Amino acid sequence: MTVPAPPPTAVAAPAARPARAVQRLTELPAPGEQRWTNGLFVAPFLVIYLLLLVVPLVYGLWLSLRHADLLGGTSRFVGLGNYLELWRDPIFLGAVRNTVVFVVMTTPVFVILGLALALALNRPGLLAAALRAIFFGASVLSVTVVTLVWRLVMMPDHGLFANLWRDLGRSPVQPLAIEGLSLAVVAVVTVWWIIGFPMMLFLAGLQQIPRELYEAAALDSAGRWRTFVAITLPSLKRTVALVIVIEVVLQFQLFGQAWFLTLGGPNGSSRLIVQFVYEKGFREWQLGYAAASAQVLFALMLVGILLQMWLARRREVTP
Amino acid sequence: VTAARHPMSGGLGGRLAIPAVVLLAAIWMLPLAWVFAASFKPNEVLMVRTDGLLSPPFTLRNYENLIGTSSLLRWLANSAVVALGQTALVLVLSSLAGYGFARTSFPGKRWVFGFVLAGLAVPEQAILIPLHRLFAGLQLHNTYSALILPRLAAPFGVYLMTQYFKAIPREIEEAALLDNTSRLKIFLRIVLPMSLPAQATLGIFSFLTAWNDYLWPLVSATRPDMYTLTVGLASIQTNFAQAEGIGFLMAQAVFAGLPIFIVYLFFQKYIVAAVSGTTVG
Repeated sequence: MTVPAPPPTAVAAPAARPARAVQRLTELPAPGEQRWTNGLFVAPFLVIYLLLLVVPLVYGLWLSLRHADLLGGTSRFVGLGNYLELWRDPIFLGAVRNTVVFVVMTTPVFVILGLALALALNRPGLLAAALRAIFFGASVLSVTVVTLVWRLVMMPDHGLFANLWRDLGRSPVQPLAIEGLSLAVVAVVTVWWIIGFPMMLFLAGLQQIPRELYEAAALDSAGRWRTFVAITLPSLKRTVALVIVIEVVLQFQLFGQAWFLTLGGPNGSSRLIVQFVYEKGFREWQLGYAAASAQVLFALMLVGILLQMWLARRREVTP
Repeated sequence: VTAARHPMSGGLGGRLAIPAVVLLAAIWMLPLAWVFAASFKPNEVLMVRTDGLLSPPFTLRNYENLIGTSSLLRWLANSAVVALGQTALVLVLSSLAGYGFARTSFPGKRWVFGFVLAGLAVPEQAILIPLHRLFAGLQLHNTYSALILPRLAAPFGVYLMTQYFKAIPREIEEAALLDNTSRLKIFLRIVLPMSLPAQATLGIFSFLTAWNDYLWPLVSATRPDMYTLTVGLASIQTNFAQAEGIGFLMAQAVFAGLPIFIVYLFFQKYIVAAVSGTTVG
């Protein structure tokens, strides 16, 4: 969705309760007796899952412990050497810093703008439906369509941005070519692209608030602001937390926008972790080193996903 | 998501909110509208100026060039094959496995299910390099198999279908089970037809994911004739040159965005449901 290919857990998040799902499966015995032939239903997927997910995952971990240079044709065991090297690699650390900066820049915008749009558009009628469709519509476009559109918009001299800037009477600038600005432009494009995603999550959250709460507030003749602070915001607390975690996990995987808009430049100022993996793995063919950096990304995201599961569970304890 | 009137929507703030959002929506649309309008302008005009797009001259030359000289149609066909193939296979595998997990019992089911769910946490970047080596070893790069297969291992569909099948009342199967009807028959004749809403949600989700996927196709499809639309459009941008014709670039952006936008207009309900983690009943 594109949604910009959200991780499955992120999409399922509002409903995702894997821990409980396992539990419920055992609690509620399925009809019919236990037979091993029933396992054949699961077998086709399981074979693909093993071959194309589990095996690569183990292979990747093994690779990350080796110095494997495809161009040099060398491959030897180095233990945690790659990880220690990453820890001292200014380019990798720069990519981690850029990724964190990007997440810190965009997440508050996703939460505040997403919530504001949801509050404004949580009403019946054609106009609100059309507006919801507009804000969500951009997120079905693929990343390369988005970046092509925005590269045209940001074209020097001829782009929409240059035109508007000139109309304001300013001298020409190229934000994508300025070290301090390129990452911010990538952030703007990203918000433009997928703001509809948090908006939809907030809309779903708003509709789960029991009407009785608002009726009670109306009986108490509570003001609109008071109702918002006392009822709407507390009821949305978990949705806010969920949106934050989902966005953090999603944006840690960011690659396309920055790569196609700026190639990570100028001077590495918009290089992100996934780009580092891509460059080491598919440009320089240092497979072990690239695999190790991918594992670091995996570890960072795992923290986010565990947080997400913890939030989803807490929601059940206090319904 | 259908909107019910929210108590916050009345009053002065509520009345001001809509005009403000309309204004914001106009700003949101501006980049797309500008590219769309410019795609109908002659290139010679665009080289000089790109404002005043709503006044003539207009032309369809950019789109003619697109059909005649670019590989966009080939890439469109590749994207269609990959997205449709992947969607069909995801639906088959996920429905079978979902039914197995939700409605039948077999030894070790609980452990197998937990093992599959753990895969939800694995991001594609973590297995990108080993997967690339595996497909290189099998000499499968630049084939449809390579573009379709890796995403089939994602457990999201299995998880979704398991949840859905579990919600179907048990009584529906019990009569058939007493008649000694085979499990496969029960699945195909009774349970599967009931799962159409979930199939639609999962189907549209898989289609969008496959259509917009770029990281794996970028490293796997290296021959231009095997590019998907998303990767092809990336290749246009890496040799980004205004000399190639701004109007032509505009037309390519419009052409590449249009198919998925049409899909979105038709399946909006299911897309929104998939995103907010529900199924359309």
